Amino acid sequence: MKALGIILAGGNNSKMQELSNKRAIAAMPVGGSYRCIDFALSNMSNSHIQKVAVLTQYNARSLNEHLSSSKWWDFGRKQGGLYVFNPTVTSDNAWWYRGTADAMYRNIDFLKRSHEPYVIIAAGDCVYKIDYNQILEYHIEKKADITIVCKDMPMGEDVSRFGVVRMNEDSRIVEFEEKPMVAQSNTISAGIYVIRRRQLIEMLERCAQENRHDFVTDILIRYKNMKRIYGYKMEEYWSNIATVESYYRTNMDFLKPEIRRYFKDEPKIYSKVDDLPPAKYNIGSEVRNSLISSGCIINSKVENSILFKKAFVGKNCVIKNSIILNDVYIGDNTHIENCIVESRDTLRANTYFSGGDGIKVVYEHNERYVI
Amino acid sequence: MIRKEMIAMLLAGGQGSRLGVLTSKVAKPAVAFGGKYRIIDFPLSNCVNSGIDTVGVLTQYQPLRLNAHIGIGIPWDLDRNHGGVTVLPPYEKSDNSEWYTGTANAIYQNLNYIESYHPEYVLILSGDHIYKMNYEVMLDFHKENNADVTIAAMPVPWEEASRFGLVITDGNKQIQEFEEKPQNPTSNLASMGIYIFNWSVLREALVTMSEQSNCDFGKHIIPYCRENGRRLFAYEYNGYWKDVGTLGSYWEANMELIDLIPEFNLYEEYWKIYTNSDTIEPQYISADAVTERCIIGEGSEIYGKVYGSVIGPGVIIGKDTVVRDSIIMQNTKIGDNVNIAKSIIAENVKIGDNVELGIGEEVPNKLNESVYAFGLVTIGENSVIPSGMKVGKNTAIFGETETGDYPDGILASGESIIKAGDIV
Repeated sequence: MKALGIILAGGNNSKMQELSNKRAIAAMPVGGSYRCIDFALSNMSNSHIQKVAVLTQYNARSLNEHLSSSKWWDFGRKQGGLYVFNPTVTSDNAWWYRGTADAMYRNIDFLKRSHEPYVIIAAGDCVYKIDYNQILEYHIEKKADITIVCKDMPMGEDVSRFGVVRMNEDSRIVEFEEKPMVAQSNTISAGIYVIRRRQLIEMLERCAQENRHDFVTDILIRYKNMKRIYGYKMEEYWSNIATVESYYRTNMDFLKPEIRRYFKDEPKIYSKVDDLPPAKYNIGSEVRNSLISSGCIINSKVENSILFKKAFVGKNCVIKNSIILNDVYIGDNTHIENCIVESRDTLRANTYFSGGDGIKVVYEHNERYVI
Repeated sequence: MIRKEMIAMLLAGGQGSRLGVLTSKVAKPAVAFGGKYRIIDFPLSNCVNSGIDTVGVLTQYQPLRLNAHIGIGIPWDLDRNHGGVTVLPPYEKSDNSEWYTGTANAIYQNLNYIESYHPEYVLILSGDHIYKMNYEVMLDFHKENNADVTIAAMPVPWEEASRFGLVITDGNKQIQEFEEKPQNPTSNLASMGIYIFNWSVLREALVTMSEQSNCDFGKHIIPYCRENGRRLFAYEYNGYWKDVGTLGSYWEANMELIDLIPEFNLYEEYWKIYTNSDTIEPQYISADAVTERCIIGEGSEIYGKVYGSVIGPGVIIGKDTVVRDSIIMQNTKIGDNVNIAKSIIAENVKIGDNVELGIGEEVPNKLNESVYAFGLVTIGENSVIPSGMKVGKNTAIFGETETGDYPDGILASGESIIKAGDIV
């Protein structure tokens, strides 16, 4: 019980298009059976962090529903537990969370009343597996004030939507630019931080006094020369969901056997259990290189696609290179190619959807008639 | 004092010996069913869906898997502050210690458990049937008739009626008489082994009959109640109900789930079946795979061809392997280029490459003709079958087998290899 966890799950990104109309990114379904936040939560649980706060703000209904019980991640305990902090009106503050630092500052009592010496701060919109204790050990070894988990992106990849860092030989961070127009390096911040609890409280209070609200720009970047801020290079798989393209790509990564096995192996990623029956393949089903979740009923062709839970695929359909989210009904003779179909959607029979060279988000509002 | 109107007692101690190697090391209620479930999930889910939140599960035979599965009852919402699920194994007493010697004796030995909830009614269930039933409706029927005992009964085809315990009722469904497997049945209402008792009536009967050896509900308690002028009623049930007592009926009930619109529909919204599953990942169907007329559980990986089969969670089926009309339970691994026809393969089995199961003509099984029949190949849990072996029909395999166990690489129809567990 060396550390407590904070998961920042309040965010939204307009680049998610219609997908973020319904839910915060942390609640986006991933890899057929998970929600985005499951990765951070399971990592916390598997790292024996027993006390975790989730800070939410943007459209948290779906996320709150997902977190309605903490037992799936083994947080339903007397020692510790899962705390969900929505912004609330208090006698001295009627604002929404104005930034990540503000969100933590507004729950500073939670930090003050805890006894764990360290805090692990993690973003709720990343897909990865890590033992936070490794970072904590590194943090202590480096005598760092703050440790930032960093990831080298492949050369040539556009990193302008990330925080870009540069480290010296000792791994101390010498440069940190948030969403730069021209990046000086291909090392990015993975949105995971380790900091001493008292240090965090002090910085948050100082920030609030100065009327600053963002953890990255107002703490990490401002303090980078004054405090010992170190980078911890993460070699394993890491993916951030912020745009429709990155969401599509992250899901499609699960079709690769090595990535699928990586997340399937121990330690496991946990999620809320849905109690759906096994997937059912009727006559006419032709499934190739696809992930199919429980509760699906398939009557036709599915290729290079991911079907989330409880999808119904009618007769003579073709589903190709697409992601079908939870509880979608697809009528007969429908063609879907390069699409992401929004959850609880009903697609009429004899319709055609194609993303062309890109990816189309399909969001229909048809009534569903269930027999 | 907190009272529960009705609590359920679930009899889950039986071996189910007619399931052969499937139950050599597992109690029948813990045998896998329908891709991801275990048989006991059906009565347990029926309980919670009927609003019964206190269930005593009576275990005796090989309870390890069953205990692990039930845990503290989280999957069925039976982890309660007051009530919930309690596993009740036989226990030592100061004067006499005995196993549960009969269904009613098992309940008698747990009078104190029932007393602690001060119930008005007690529901007696058996842990080895596949069905969905609303016990609340049955209780309403029980109250309406001012009954002392209500027995759930279902109409069976007349030609099969002589295989069942039958109840004979009057126009108001009051039971007049019982017939146990009669030659010339006068009724086709078969008792399903599901009873609602007024607790005071049941307690009195159990205490009076406590000296009866092998005290059984059907043989002793129900006749006792009738002889003493209690009001016995038959609650007629017309839905799907299956006693998966033999390998044949077990196989058949699984196969029925893959029909286009199965009679027993797991996909209905309002009567969910809950289970304890630790696999949540989606299943992967590879580019060369074929999956037609089958149901497949979470986390399985299919590289071969699957037709008309029920596949559990975490199963791996290798390349160029063909599986037909078979049941494969969780975490079993099957190699490449294997041919499987009409087989029941239990959990954690390993089958090598180029194996053929279910070949040749049907020959009666030499070990136990009545159990290993129906042309099935039955393989017990944790078994290993080396690469290249051929296995005939009506066969049983249990344990880690080696090439030497198969004369000329073949286990002929009607033969068995039992290298683990008790011989059955």
